Amino acid sequence: MDIHEYQAKELFRIAGIPVPAGEVARTPKEAEKIARDLGGAVVVKAQVHAGGRGKAGGVQLAATPEEARGHASNILGMRVKGLTVRKVLVTTAEDIGSEAYVGVLIDRKSQAPVFMVSPQGGIDIEEVAATNSEAILKLPVDPRYGLLLHQAYQLADFLYEEEKLAKQGARIISLLYEVFVENSCSLAEINPLIVNGDGEVKAIDAKVSIDDSGLLRLPELEAFRDVGAEPPSETRAREAGLSFVRLDGDVGCCVNGAGLAMATMDLVKYYGGEPANFLDIGGSSNPDKVVAALEIIASDPNVKAILFNIFGGITRCDDVAKGIVEATQRTHIEPPIVIRLTGTNEAEARKILGDAGFSTHESMDAVVEKGVQVAARA
Amino acid sequence: MAIFIDNDTRLVVQGITGRDGSFHTEKMAEYGTNVVAGVTPGKGGQSFQVATGASIPIFNTVDRAVRKTGANTSVIYVPPLFATSAILEAADAGIEFIVAITEGIPVQDMARASAFVRDRGSRLLGPNCPGLISPGKAKVGIIPAQITKPGPIGVVSRSGTLTYEAVSQLTQAGLGQTTCIGIGGDPIIGTNFIDCLQAFGEDADTEAIVIIGEIGGTEEQEAARWVQEHLSKPVVGFIAGQTAPPGRRMGHAGAIISGSAGTAEEKIQAFEKNGITVATRPVEITDLIKEGLGI
Repeated sequence: MDIHEYQAKELFRIAGIPVPAGEVARTPKEAEKIARDLGGAVVVKAQVHAGGRGKAGGVQLAATPEEARGHASNILGMRVKGLTVRKVLVTTAEDIGSEAYVGVLIDRKSQAPVFMVSPQGGIDIEEVAATNSEAILKLPVDPRYGLLLHQAYQLADFLYEEEKLAKQGARIISLLYEVFVENSCSLAEINPLIVNGDGEVKAIDAKVSIDDSGLLRLPELEAFRDVGAEPPSETRAREAGLSFVRLDGDVGCCVNGAGLAMATMDLVKYYGGEPANFLDIGGSSNPDKVVAALEIIASDPNVKAILFNIFGGITRCDDVAKGIVEATQRTHIEPPIVIRLTGTNEAEARKILGDAGFSTHESMDAVVEKGVQVAARA
Repeated sequence: MAIFIDNDTRLVVQGITGRDGSFHTEKMAEYGTNVVAGVTPGKGGQSFQVATGASIPIFNTVDRAVRKTGANTSVIYVPPLFATSAILEAADAGIEFIVAITEGIPVQDMARASAFVRDRGSRLLGPNCPGLISPGKAKVGIIPAQITKPGPIGVVSRSGTLTYEAVSQLTQAGLGQTTCIGIGGDPIIGTNFIDCLQAFGEDADTEAIVIIGEIGGTEEQEAARWVQEHLSKPVVGFIAGQTAPPGRRMGHAGAIISGSAGTAEEKIQAFEKNGITVATRPVEITDLIKEGLGI
């Protein structure tokens, strides 16, 4: 789960990482009031889960509260990479001396958190990695001991020659690791970490992603979820415990297992169709999940056919069959349903579906080809 | 022969009394796997009755299960917030091979657990994986046994159900398997593609290998380079997620295209460049294996 900059800065502030004063606004009027309360020049920043907001004009400097209001009214409602900006952060403008990059993320290869720091901040770190990899220091952390004191100094020393700055930097780096661990993050990043005119090191931007599996232990972080930023169908799916991603096609897909779900989408494309969604009903599925899945897929007006591709392992085919029958009895599902079930408790499932008047397909290719045909005919 | 599990496997089931644990213990025992013990804290002294009539003793700790029964392999069906504790307990008890089925373990928990397991010298498979089966010998995990049969093909995959799809097609075509193994869809996993490819390479009975990958990360690309340098057996590959949009997590915590890295296209190219024959659809895997074996 990605959280917004203003939320990430709240986590930073609680941890003790210096950030400029600021507050979030939902209207131009609120932005003006915040700017007036802060006093002096402010920056108005779009809060949106997409990169490239600066290039899109979503970050503007304002000398006066009136100007802040004007910028806010331009930025609110703006679209950045297909997402609408609904909030802006109004924050004190800092006088920027130097910009560095500090980030910690889970690295698949080293199976551990890895710090990355660079004295070249304020730009995309991937760009620095591609053009000037020597300007980046990478340091894996043993997650059992956490970031050690000397490691924090080593990282800060790479950023700053001056001892006074390195000391502040090391403290911020240690605190960033605390934020990372305590909030079960997959990424915590400061870009840029600046030195201002007074020689203070501060986090000007903040990017934090929380591990979805970690939310189970930290339910309070759910409050950070921006439900308005996701399609309603994805909200419903999440609440029903389903992995779901909405796409633009017309063939609805209901599959168990992420790999098979992706392969099914790919096969829809192969047979000339377009998948309407990714949906994994997960393991140990109960009939209720299947009911929810069917309703969510059917609620998309683009969907012209719904295809089930179930290969039972931990998922029992009879559970899925019961769900399909129950859903179609409970509510009218408009798009035609084509089904393929095989694996654990397959015979029971075929009987349940047969009794309810559904026929089933033998192979994945057959059911996908059929689904694409049905959607094309509708 | 087979890799990782065979007739010498002595299995302890952690979480044997739960819904999934009990259901799949039944299936594993029915298949003929030597299930010697179960562990559920607080239920030590009870036993788990299998439909075949066998009775599996339940212990409070893995340590006691190992001492009483000589268990050398464990399988974990424990909820996500307790699963890493179960992994650590198994490693501490000297279990050589730990299979974690559980999905949804926080990734930082796994980072700590995997470092601990490495230090103890145990091998971990998973988490968030379907386990493995060496047809005719043993099954550990949740792979449906009826879709497999003994034979010369090794199958390794990041996915669960997509593996079943491929295995079932191989079996229907008369191509049995030495071992079918799912390594799991999480960002941090124990046994990786290369570990499995190496084991299949060394296994005299494995004549050809199927590798099934998906978007996210670079494990497939590294595996492809390893195949080029180290493996002379024919390898057929498939990558899921060609239609996946970038930046979105496709179910598996590890299945996400970050920026332009980890795309299906990139992985398919790495396979092709390194001598792995790529199947466009799962149904093509069988024919490509036959071609590779010259049959």
